[in-house]
Amino acid sequence: MDRILILGGGVGGTIVANLLSRKLRRQIDDQEVEVTIVDQSGNHVYQPGFMYITFGNEQEKNLSRPERSLIDERVKLVVDEVTRVDDTTHSVTLASGATLPYDQLVLATGSRIAPEEIEHFDTEAHHFYTAQAARSMRVALDAFSGGSIVVAIAGMPYKCPPAPLEVSFLIEAELRQRGLRDKSQVHFCSPIGRAFTIESVSDMATPVLEEKGIELHTFFNVETIDPARKVVQSLEGEELHYDLLVLVPPHHGAQFLIDSGLAPAPGGWLPTDHHTLQVGGRPDVYALGDTTDLPLSKAGSTAHFEAPIVAERIAAWVTGKPLNEKRANYTGRVMCFFEIGDGKGTLLRFDYDHPPHPPKPGRIWHLGKVLFNKTYWHTVPRGRV
Amino acid sequence: MLTDQPTMDQPTINRTIDARGSFCPGPLMELIRAIRESAVGTVIAVRSSDRGSRIDIPKWVEKAGHRLVGLTEVDGYDEIVIEKLH
Ligand SMILES: Cc1cc2nc3c(=O)[nH]c(=O)nc-3n(C[C@H](O)[C@H](O)[C@H](O)COP(=O)(O)OP(=O)(O)OC[C@H]3O[C@@H](n4cnc5c(N)ncnc54)[C@H](O)[C@@H]3O)c2cc1C
Repeated sequence: MDRILILGGGVGGTIVANLLSRKLRRQIDDQEVEVTIVDQSGNHVYQPGFMYITFGNEQEKNLSRPERSLIDERVKLVVDEVTRVDDTTHSVTLASGATLPYDQLVLATGSRIAPEEIEHFDTEAHHFYTAQAARSMRVALDAFSGGSIVVAIAGMPYKCPPAPLEVSFLIEAELRQRGLRDKSQVHFCSPIGRAFTIESVSDMATPVLEEKGIELHTFFNVETIDPARKVVQSLEGEELHYDLLVLVPPHHGAQFLIDSGLAPAPGGWLPTDHHTLQVGGRPDVYALGDTTDLPLSKAGSTAHFEAPIVAERIAAWVTGKPLNEKRANYTGRVMCFFEIGDGKGTLLRFDYDHPPHPPKPGRIWHLGKVLFNKTYWHTVPRGRV
Repeated sequence: MLTDQPTMDQPTINRTIDARGSFCPGPLMELIRAIRESAVGTVIAVRSSDRGSRIDIPKWVEKAGHRLVGLTEVDGYDEIVIEKLH
C-alpha cells in the first residue's frame, strides 16, 4: 500500500487531499493507496475573513468549519500535532506519541505568528492575524477619537503581503466616514525602500497613499516599542508616536520543520524547488502554501495554484504514468484581490515571469473579494476551481 | 562609493551572506538580520543576483547610518560590503 501523508489541513493540504482522492479514486477504493491528513486543530479556518471581523461585521463562527466536512470520505483525517519528521525512516511523530509512516509526504503546515518576539507587542499593538486579535482591534478602533495611527510590519515575510496596506486604506476610509479624519494622522511603514515589494504594485499604491493623505515611511523595520512614550522605533533610527498601533507580527514556519532539520532557523521556511515544489531535492517530499521559501506572496491563492502540481506529481508516482510536464510544474501563479477602501479594490495577478499590472481600482474588484469570501467553502477547499 | 574592482583598503570581511537566487526583499532582509545579530564594527558582505539590491541596499545603509564599504560586480552577481557602525 502506498501511503500519502499530508501535514496540515489548511488551504494547501485540503485541496491536495481532495484532488488526490479524485485522481486516485480506484486505487484508494482498492486499498492500494491511502491518503491521510494530519491537522492539529481538526478545523479549517478561512483566515482572509479575519480582516472583515475588524472592518465588516464578520463573525468568527462563519470562518471555521470542521476539516472532516470539507474532505472526501476517502481521505483519512488524524487530529493531532506533528512534532517531528524523520526523512531517513520515512515517518512522522505526533504529540500523542503515535508515528505514521509515509511513502510520499506533503508539508502544508502554513505559517505561525510570533508577536512575543517584540517586547510590549501584547499590551501596545493590535493586529488582525487571529479572530480574537481582529475583534480587539475593532474595539480599539471604536474607542479611537483622533490622534496618530501607525501601521507597520514587524517581520518579513508575512502572510498576505497586501494586508497592511489594505488595512491602512480601510482605516483611513473609516476615519473619514466617522468625521475623525481632520483630527487624525495615518502612517504606513514599509520595511523596504518602497510601499510594496512588487514594484508595479508599489507604483499603483503610492499615489493612492498620497491621495488619502497616508504618510509613507520607507525602510522602517520595527525594532522596539516604548510604551511609556507611546513611540515605535525602527532599526533605522526613526521613531513615530502612536495613539493606536497596528503591527504585522513576525511569522515563521512550523517549529517541527526546524527541529527535524528540514527548514533552517530562525525562519523555518522550507527550501522548495520553484517548479517541482519538492523540498531540498527530495523526490518524495513536497511543500506548498505559506511554509515554502518561494519568492512569492504567502497567500491562500498561492497554495491554491500549487496544489494541482503536487497532486499531479504524486498521482503520476502512484500510477507510474509519465508526468504531464505542463501540469506538473508550478509557474508561480498567484491571484489576489486588494482592498483600496470606500468599497473599491483592485486585482493582483502574476507569476514568476510576469509581474502584476493591477487594474484601475474599482467597485468590481471589491465585490469580487466579497463574492469569493462567500463562496469559498463550496469551491476552493474542494478543489472545484 | 561604487567600485567595479575591490579596493585595496577594504577591511576584512567578518561575515558573508550568500543571498544569490533570492529576490527583493530577500537580500536586504538577510542583511538586516545579520546587522541585528552582529557587533558594532562587523564587516558584512552580501552577495546578491537580484539587480535591485545594488540600489536598495546602499539606500538602506545610508538611511540606517551604517557604512557602505564597497560594491563589486563579480561573475553575474553583486557583492555589497557594509560595516555596522552603531
Ligand atoms: C488577515 C488575513 C488576510 C488574508 N487575506 C488573504 C487574501 O485576501 N488572499 C489570499 O490568497 N490569502 C490571504 N491570506 C493568507 C491565507 O490565509 C494563507 O496564506 C493560507 O491560509 C495558507 O495556506 P496553507 O495551507 O499554507 O496554511 P494554512 O491554511 O494556515 O493551514 C495550515 C494548517 O496546518 C495546521 N498545522 C500547523 N502546524 C501543525 C502541526 N505541527 N501539526 C499539525 N497541524 C499543523 C494548522 O492547524 C492549519 O490547519 C490572509 C491571511 C490573513 C491572516
